[in-house]
Amino acid sequence: MSSIGTGYDLSASQFSPDGRVFQVEYAAKAVESSGSIIAIRCKDGVVIGVEKILSSRLHEKSSNQKIYNVDRHVGMGFAGIQADGRKVVSIARDEASEYRQNYGSDVPLKQLVNRVASYIHAYTLYSSVRPFGVSAVLASYSEAYGPELYMIEPSGLYWGYRACAAGKAKQAVKTELEKIKANDMTCEEIVKEIARIIYVVHDEIKDKLFELELSWVCKATNGEHQLVPADIASEAIRLAKHAMEEDLDDDD
Amino acid sequence: MADGGQFSAAPFWQNGPSPGQFYNTPGTNLASSQLPRTYTQQPIVTGTSVLGVTFTGGVVIAADTLGSYGSLARFRDISRLLKVNEKVAIGASGDYADFQFIRDIINQKVLDGKCLNDNYCYSPVAIHTWLTRILYNRRTKINPLWNNIIVGGYDENEGSYLGYVDKLGVAYQAPTIATGYGSYIAQPLLRQSYESNNNNFTEEQALSAIERCMRVLLYRDGRSGNQYEVAIITKDGCQVTSPKPISTNWDIAEYVKYV
Repeated sequence: MSSIGTGYDLSASQFSPDGRVFQVEYAAKAVESSGSIIAIRCKDGVVIGVEKILSSRLHEKSSNQKIYNVDRHVGMGFAGIQADGRKVVSIARDEASEYRQNYGSDVPLKQLVNRVASYIHAYTLYSSVRPFGVSAVLASYSEAYGPELYMIEPSGLYWGYRACAAGKAKQAVKTELEKIKANDMTCEEIVKEIARIIYVVHDEIKDKLFELELSWVCKATNGEHQLVPADIASEAIRLAKHAMEEDLDDDD
Repeated sequence: MADGGQFSAAPFWQNGPSPGQFYNTPGTNLASSQLPRTYTQQPIVTGTSVLGVTFTGGVVIAADTLGSYGSLARFRDISRLLKVNEKVAIGASGDYADFQFIRDIINQKVLDGKCLNDNYCYSPVAIHTWLTRILYNRRTKINPLWNNIIVGGYDENEGSYLGYVDKLGVAYQAPTIATGYGSYIAQPLLRQSYESNNNNFTEEQALSAIERCMRVLLYRDGRSGNQYEVAIITKDGCQVTSPKPISTNWDIAEYVKYV
């Protein structure tokens, strides 16, 4: 490690002399070493896709999901440490539930994200805790607000996005995302795009086994967040694999 | 006593507090803040009877849509039935605010369950048992939720289910149940027609028995309303119908003489 930061990385509550908080940067590193996540907001909804890297063949299929329902109308996917992600999901669920109890309606995503981000931010302030090693993507669709997409970083910083990515292949994915005209596309088309990108950026040599998780929240699901139905997902995966093979043929 | 009581013991409790009465130490006057803490002592806005009947392959529960404020018919179109999921519905008489409180908790519980994405949903017996815990726990704190609740449901494995639980946590199951005033007026009618029908109703028979009882209750229960909702739970799911008016005939009224 560079000498400038030496000794300033033991606590989240201490700046380095050049104004960095190393513990938060290390948390971001944890995200960068995890499987990639992609989320795209299109004209009728939001689609989330996660490359879930399997560390063993012995694991039960579809265990340790990377995408969860937070509320009827909100879904969360994340890249980073699984256990930290579960905790963030749990926080978001509690916040959504509390909002409904207090105000009698579904929590607007903007407010939910603000609450969750505040929580994550609080974990960057104290020496007694470590920051969350998670970038969390939250998506929702409602009649009032239309499709919405946010991503919260380990620092507690969050942005609204038209398309976002985190994890290993973040850079490669971003390049792909910039080519997509998502505003003119439907969720069904976006599902195929996401599947294609994940299969393109997946590192076959380093992480052999992986599972693609896909979810959406859109007009067609009546504003409900749910996993993409198996037939649509497997069709998207088939097309993605097919596109890969064609690319390989072209290279030859 | 010949000796005028000189050698006999003085009577018990002389100058003392009279048995069974509260004793105030002389010179102290209890301020209202020093009195024992009290919670809900009576319901405020109330719903009257809820009826429930099992039939072959399902259950039906019914309640009118009136919320009474004492004897005043204050809210005429409020729902006292709750569809919990495709297997279960509940109906509540008693305090309407307490019902809303329970309803909100159940709705959130069901939503929490949906988030888990495991295709599990609460069975009728699960909801009934859970309600007994909630209501019994509150009565134990001497702060009851002032309701009588009927739980109706149908489960592929368990069949038709009809249960009752009151504000004390007393719970039972029966093929026909009525709460409140209906437990005096409607329950005997329901039992009679159920038993005279070999303890076996079809859906149509159950619904007509309910309709008859709702009409009798409208005539005889001063806190009843003139329209009612029905929740029907079968293997095909659970649906709450929109309020249905009760037809009545008052021709006899002009012959009634006030003495």
